[in-house]
Amino acid sequence: MTITQDGSRSTAGAASERRGMNLTLRIWRQKDPTVKGKMVTYKVSDVSPDMSFLEMLDVLNERLILDGDDPVAFDHDCREGICGMCGVMINGMAHGPQQTTTCQLHMRKFKDGDTIDVEPWRASAFPVIKDLAVDRSALDRIIQSGGYISVPTGTAPDAHAVPVPKKDSDAAFDAATCIGCGACVAACPNASSMLFTAAKVTHLGLMPQGQPERNDRVVNMVAQQDREGFGGCTNIGECSAACPKGISMENISRLNHDLLGALRAGARPKS
Amino acid sequence: MPLDLFTEGDPIADTKAPTDVPIGERWSTRRFRARLVNPANRRKLTVIVVGTGLAGGSAAATLGEAGYKVKSFWYQDSPRRAHSVAAQGGINAAKNYRNDGDSVHRLFYDTVKGGDFRSREDNVHRLAEVSVNIIDQCVAQGVPFAREYGGLLDNRSFGGAQVSRTFYARGQTGQQLLYGAYQALERQIAAGTVEQHARTEMLDLIVVDGRARGIVARDLVTGEVSTHFADAVVLATGGYGNVFYLSTNAKGSNATAIWRAHKKGALFANPCYTQIHPTCIPVKGDYQSKLTLMSESLRNDGRVWVPKERGDDRDPREIPEDDRDYYLERIYPAFGNLVPRDIASRQAKNVCDEGRGVGPGGLGVYLDFGEAMQRLGRKAIEAKYGNLFDMYAQITGEDPYETPMRIYPAVHYTMGGLWVDYDLQSTIPGMFVIGEANFSDHGANRLGASALMQGLADGYFVLPNTINDYLADGPFEKVGESHPAAAEAMQGVQSQVQKLLSVNGTRSVASFHRELGKLMWDMCGMERSEESLRKALDRIPEIRQEFWTNVKVSGDWHSFNQTLEHAGRVADFIELAELMCIDALHRNESCGGHFRAESQTPEGEALRDDENYAYVAAWEWTPEGAPPVLHKENLEYEYVHLAQRSYK
Repeated sequence: MTITQDGSRSTAGAASERRGMNLTLRIWRQKDPTVKGKMVTYKVSDVSPDMSFLEMLDVLNERLILDGDDPVAFDHDCREGICGMCGVMINGMAHGPQQTTTCQLHMRKFKDGDTIDVEPWRASAFPVIKDLAVDRSALDRIIQSGGYISVPTGTAPDAHAVPVPKKDSDAAFDAATCIGCGACVAACPNASSMLFTAAKVTHLGLMPQGQPERNDRVVNMVAQQDREGFGGCTNIGECSAACPKGISMENISRLNHDLLGALRAGARPKS
Repeated sequence: MPLDLFTEGDPIADTKAPTDVPIGERWSTRRFRARLVNPANRRKLTVIVVGTGLAGGSAAATLGEAGYKVKSFWYQDSPRRAHSVAAQGGINAAKNYRNDGDSVHRLFYDTVKGGDFRSREDNVHRLAEVSVNIIDQCVAQGVPFAREYGGLLDNRSFGGAQVSRTFYARGQTGQQLLYGAYQALERQIAAGTVEQHARTEMLDLIVVDGRARGIVARDLVTGEVSTHFADAVVLATGGYGNVFYLSTNAKGSNATAIWRAHKKGALFANPCYTQIHPTCIPVKGDYQSKLTLMSESLRNDGRVWVPKERGDDRDPREIPEDDRDYYLERIYPAFGNLVPRDIASRQAKNVCDEGRGVGPGGLGVYLDFGEAMQRLGRKAIEAKYGNLFDMYAQITGEDPYETPMRIYPAVHYTMGGLWVDYDLQSTIPGMFVIGEANFSDHGANRLGASALMQGLADGYFVLPNTINDYLADGPFEKVGESHPAAAEAMQGVQSQVQKLLSVNGTRSVASFHRELGKLMWDMCGMERSEESLRKALDRIPEIRQEFWTNVKVSGDWHSFNQTLEHAGRVADFIELAELMCIDALHRNESCGGHFRAESQTPEGEALRDDENYAYVAAWEWTPEGAPPVLHKENLEYEYVHLAQRSYK
């Protein structure tokens, strides 16, 4: 694969003999949070369809570095779709055209000659750090506000002391597969974190171990997401459609049910 | 074996395990004899924990709950990203819920045997004891383990064992266990007992008067380098598999913290013990950035085979049973497809070396679910392995429900690591090492579902008990950034960063990493020989030399600079690679994941040399130019009889 920036250098002849794709990338470049960003065009050629999207960016970056340019910053780590660290908007869609993480999106989903827009998650609660990397610590603070079961190490009873119906355990697992990537927020027109919060409320609320803190958990987590500046949920469903783990909207219904129940029972968020 | 490459120093020994009592009483005895710190005094003591995987996350949370002041560091944006999250298969525990003859002693025995008799009995026994508490703790945290219809926990079998003792959460066990630890950690952050340092990388250890007293770390967002102080430092920074460039580790996984601590005096044990996992998705191109594991649990139902004849390039579905060689079932009838990882990997290499490999380049074998689909039905297979099948389809573009998977071994785990005693304390007083970053429990080969067990055992139950004994002497004299030791460490880090940026050569950091990785895979991978290791040892100093004169790192250090991060890590991998090769060369025997071509049985199995090599090789760093010094810890087997491993 070869690259030119802004079409200023020629790749004539390089790609024609090979089978790879020629693509135009328009990537959001922003040096740091204090300056304005802009879209910059890069041409890449001879992209193998078996490459992952991030491997394609790796190759672009290696070229940029050798040319003395600043490589494109993007977050990533496990590259197997489970850590939740990667995530960019690709052609306006969180993680791109397939319901998966950006690292698991492969270039076979694109066609020769495509122009691809690559932007960071867009939400005021996720400020840009540099280029495509954003600060998602707001999600950790939502967990800090109640996304846990208070069980200090060493205090647990035998694992079989409390049977859990398989149905509940499986449903809790489905909710617990959320990887905290933030695609739900990025996809939502309101930049709401409701699906993220609802997944944790559902996971813990379905387990018998999660019952004692159930009411406090939901009111505090909802209050925290408001404090972080996430938008409200208007049940649009873009979140679930973009979620690489397929977390369903049912979780949001469950959260709303728990929230109403908790408020009626007198639970109030910690100030 | 006399070599010009190292010198031998004094032997080393663990002095903390109470060997005056039987093995089953040693852990409780140690807990009783270890001094305590009263709750009011804990508030005056600070502990730095680097890394937030299963070991670091659980340790930081538990120490915070105990009342210590904890400072937690991680390089990712959130503690939930640590690579424990990617562990798929499960976690072992000697619960014997299946009534199939399991016990603490059997888990202990299986682990010592699986490690090919190169682990420390005391540590492994404790691991087996503590395993049952881990499951209790995780269930109480709400970890949604797989359950039976009666509401009780399900178990499955795993490589190297004949009992079903593995607890799992579909194919995402590591993720669910990590979220349990992560949530416990976030609870402590909210409670104010744990101070968080996200996107911060440890770049050096600060040693004052012989004690570990802090770290130098770089804020990866602002680029600021700063010092952090404590009464004890815990490293939980994972393994060094990325020395091979392509591995199943996360891209950011690195050896920098343990390597720089090694250069400050911590001995590095058994660096050559690396685990090559048999079931990974094969390599597809030069641009490849990592390898993806397919959980070993797939070997419960999947059958491994290659065509009987070389060059049989028919579609696998069209190859009749008679023309298939289910080689693991053929060679190891007792364990079949569930032989330990090192054996399964090496046999895959053997059949590929014979020219019977499948897929591009002949570097692959089939993992076939055809028979299981017929026996159990597609639905059951989906329920058990759905996410793994999806992942495979995503990466390869092939549907594993329709056609057999192709798999090939890949670097997955490193059994070696910093040397620790029974208290998990390194040779630098006050520096503890837990999880994959230490060497202690897996010997020369780790069994499946034992990494999660060890990480959580260390973090929840072992370290929080043993560290008290050290901290009972504290709080130590206050030190600050003006202390000469701190200033010197800070200066060292700054000048290295400066140097990396100033080379301004013509090769990318990644190109050096790829070159080093390929060299290590070819010369110090699944099979090593004196010849291959000597070649590697000739080449590595040249790579190092070229790196420091021709690497190109763009940008500056006062900003978010991912190339600079990578450069520092690769510099350390190059040095570590050399020590790995020296260790592999000096260990003139085969054991577990360390297979020396010169040392095999007539059937091609690893041939140990217990008379000469039943020891831990703990290496001491020496300043440039001088060869490293070997310290031997003799391994004694009181309870498990030394024997040739057999899975036949």
